Amino acid sequence: MTRKVLTEAQQGFTFTRRALFIGGAQMGIGAVLAGRMAWLAIAENAHYSDLAESNRVQSILVPPRRGWIVDRSGKPIAVNRPDLRVDLIPDRVKDADALIATLRAILDLPEDEVERIHEDLAKAAGYRPVQVASNLDWDRYAAVNLRLADLPGVAPSRGFARHYPTGPAVGHLVGYVGAASAEDYEREKNPLLITPGFRIGKEGLEKTMDATLRGRAGAKRTEVTARGRLVRELTMRPEVPGKYLHLTVDAGLQDYAARRLGDQSGSVVVIDVAKGDMLAMASMPCYDPNSFSAGISHSEWNMLSADDHLPLVNKTLQGLYPPGSTVKPMNALALLEAGVDPNETVSCTGAYRVGAGTFHCWSRRGHGAINMSRAIAQSCDIYFYTMMRKLGIERLAAMARRLGLGEKYPLPVVSQRFGTVPDAAWKEQKYKKAWTVADTVNTSIGQGYMLTNPLQLAVMAARIASGRKIEPRLIHEPNEAVPPAMDVDPEHLALVREAMSAVVNGGGTAAVARLQVPGVLLAGKTGSAQVRRISMADRLAGRAKALGDSGEWRLRDHGHFICFAPADTPRYAAAVTLEHAGHGAEAAAVARDIMTYLFDQPRAMRTLEANEEKWGGGIMARMAAKSTRWRAAQAANAAPTAPTPIGQTPPAPPPGPATDTAAEIPPSPDVPR
Amino acid sequence: MSRQTLIPSALARLPWRMLLLVLLIGGFGLVVLYSAAGGSMRPWALSQGVKLIAFMFGAVILSHIGEARLRQAALPAYAMILVSLLAVELLGGIAGGSQRWLDLGFVRLQPSELMKPAIVLAVARFYDMLPSGEVRRWSAIWPAALLIAVPAFLVMLQPDLGTALMITAGGLTVMFLAGLPLRLFVGGGLALGALAPLAYFFVLRDYQRNRVLIFLDPESDPLGAGYHISQSKIAIGSGGIFGKGFLQGTQSHLDYLPEGQTDFVFATMAEEWGLMGGLLLIVAFILLCQWGLGVSRRANTRFARLTAAGLSTTIFFYVMINLMMVMGLAPVVGIPLPLVSFGGSAVMTVMLCLGLLMAIDREADRGGRRYRG
Repeated sequence: MTRKVLTEAQQGFTFTRRALFIGGAQMGIGAVLAGRMAWLAIAENAHYSDLAESNRVQSILVPPRRGWIVDRSGKPIAVNRPDLRVDLIPDRVKDADALIATLRAILDLPEDEVERIHEDLAKAAGYRPVQVASNLDWDRYAAVNLRLADLPGVAPSRGFARHYPTGPAVGHLVGYVGAASAEDYEREKNPLLITPGFRIGKEGLEKTMDATLRGRAGAKRTEVTARGRLVRELTMRPEVPGKYLHLTVDAGLQDYAARRLGDQSGSVVVIDVAKGDMLAMASMPCYDPNSFSAGISHSEWNMLSADDHLPLVNKTLQGLYPPGSTVKPMNALALLEAGVDPNETVSCTGAYRVGAGTFHCWSRRGHGAINMSRAIAQSCDIYFYTMMRKLGIERLAAMARRLGLGEKYPLPVVSQRFGTVPDAAWKEQKYKKAWTVADTVNTSIGQGYMLTNPLQLAVMAARIASGRKIEPRLIHEPNEAVPPAMDVDPEHLALVREAMSAVVNGGGTAAVARLQVPGVLLAGKTGSAQVRRISMADRLAGRAKALGDSGEWRLRDHGHFICFAPADTPRYAAAVTLEHAGHGAEAAAVARDIMTYLFDQPRAMRTLEANEEKWGGGIMARMAAKSTRWRAAQAANAAPTAPTPIGQTPPAPPPGPATDTAAEIPPSPDVPR
Repeated sequence: MSRQTLIPSALARLPWRMLLLVLLIGGFGLVVLYSAAGGSMRPWALSQGVKLIAFMFGAVILSHIGEARLRQAALPAYAMILVSLLAVELLGGIAGGSQRWLDLGFVRLQPSELMKPAIVLAVARFYDMLPSGEVRRWSAIWPAALLIAVPAFLVMLQPDLGTALMITAGGLTVMFLAGLPLRLFVGGGLALGALAPLAYFFVLRDYQRNRVLIFLDPESDPLGAGYHISQSKIAIGSGGIFGKGFLQGTQSHLDYLPEGQTDFVFATMAEEWGLMGGLLLIVAFILLCQWGLGVSRRANTRFARLTAAGLSTTIFFYVMINLMMVMGLAPVVGIPLPLVSFGGSAVMTVMLCLGLLMAIDREADRGGRRYRG
């Protein structure tokens, strides 16, 4: 490599050239910087302006007030009460254990609540709030607020909580509300759902009518610093409260029905036969929906799950029972339609042979020669064995469907189990077996494969009472249209209604149900459903294996009573089902009092109050006592035993009808929901 | 000169156009600091104004140093600063952590700041001493390279990547202007490109590596370490063409923009004054640097020319690195915007550079336009 020797002149020249280059480079870089800035400030201006705004402005959702649920006359069933509450935002919690310990001291939280908070927090993620406490008094709420700076992740808020004034009496009717689950949030992606204290419908009408009741969130826009300090309020969009939900239910009657059920496991449905308005739909025992809206505690939940009276199940819609003798008026309609003379008699000797098997009448002595009306009034089994065997299952099933059995009604409820109206095709499909005469005979007294829920029984009663195709409804509508008449001969209906009146007023099986209201006659029909080993309780008790040795109760028959009043110009129809009550008579007594309430309220209240004194107080008082005993039992470290009904010594089971047919009764078939 | 009759010649001879540019930039900076404090002279604007004026006086006084004295002082000053850099490194090692200053009792001296002009003087002095025939030899390269590498390495250890880069860039600029073969710079640039990944893995500290990663993908961590760049871009981008108006910036006033009065002061300014304010500052800085290059062209000696060009490039690097960082074109390296950012050291360094430039300018005026061939 030849070395070039530079002179000073050449160096000077090189310097000038390179200095010019550097000057040019500086201007070039300056231009690039200016260009970059122009790009950010002009081309990307909108994007960055948005980002600056979203930095500056914090939108706070203002949860809407949930719409009230009111009864047919506007009396509130579900309302909102002001609520001071404290939540945890999982993402912002640093040291959960220390934080919960501090909160426990400030708020004086009970042990099982602390346990629940720990568990909820472990399950929760992100910004989904975990409730610490609600319904706080002002002092404790203020104590948390004072120490807020040292409690990262704690969010106190003032809002509204759902309140059900009559609590358990409406639990299964309206359901309850609760905090949105992670799945709810995934589905909706609505930030409202993770607002502390916001509740959505979780069960019952609260769930099915959530869209109506929820309302729309308002927004409060505030200017905040990077550290979250509020600078000022910018704008406010008011929230839109949820709409009222106007029910067909009569709150007073609903409450009465729930209370009248006492400690029984049972259900009541009352229908106004003019248009099908459901005036009451009670299932007892029931949870207190207020417990859910505040966040239910562990021990309360355990107590509910372990109860063999199934307080978590709405028996009016999900309880399936053989209808028993309540199908006899319906059978009579099928016979009359087929041209059977109502005066034709059957000789009841107390027993009836089908092939090798013997079917008994509940009256072992027999009823002697008996016609249709007396067969209904005396609930003679032999009459219907004989007659329905001749008629055949298909015509029976057709009438059952016409009266609303096996039907799923268009109601805003979470689930309905609609049961079974069996016929030959159904059995063939289900069991791949031919229909037998014994099947028909069983079905003729509402046993065997036939399964109904209490609502269907009430609809059947309402259709017989009105002659109209009643569809039950829960949501009040100004619609004045009267339901269309059923395709059943009015004369046949009149005959059956008269026979049903005789059940109560004419020396029939339900004399106990006679109303003490002058000028109003009650018509009805008792029924008892054999339980065998497969009961509602058993079927659903797989998770609540607490039946233990309380076996006697669970093997008794279910008692039904369907009725309507006044007998001559029916206005109201009802169905009462008491699980394991042994006989329909007790259900008839409950139905009598509930019907009395509709015609003579003071008299009905007197009866109830006397009863409640015997039982040990109203629903809430008895639930509280039960809960205390449950806790005591838990604390005593005893194995959890099923709570037994309070203030009730089981009476000796009355003789059940047709018990000899036991061998013929197949296990209750699985029924689709 | 006719003006001599009206004002003292000492004043009249000052480069007023340059000083007015400095006052414009510094004054605008005070306005921005006033706003950054939420419309208050405290805690920044007042203190910064005092520093600006004081250091400006210092620069004017410094401009009376003769070139000969400067030439003599260049290498001894460099050596002294190098020793203090070592001292900082040792003390820092004892204190356990990154310490960048020496506490002399009355002032906290940050040697790495002083090294920025000193490296220019030292390298310029080296090429001044080098006979012109030697420029293309190996012996023209390695001493200069060593002069640069030692302080750059020490500053890197502090660790202060931004300052190390500036020291290296200032020294290299002087080497470039001294007339070293062009292929050295082209080849060096290519080698650097190849070595960068190695440096990334073996030289940079974790947090510096993180900054580089975030620079490459700022959205990867918008709330963590990428927060600075993201918020700065939001401030500049949301300012638009004319800005949100004086005292109306939300990013700075609501504390979303971190370091809004120091390293990210340009973003604070841009949010309220928009593209117009940005262009004003960029143009003013370019004019300032062009004045420095002009001084270098007018200078009489090789030392003076190399020094003047090197110093003005140092000022330029300050501005360039800061603006690139603020606009998301470079990783966050912690270089303030000279004359605008709050803080004394940067003002001191820039005023030192300007004072030296004025001294060279004065010499050139006195000596007249002559070229020593």
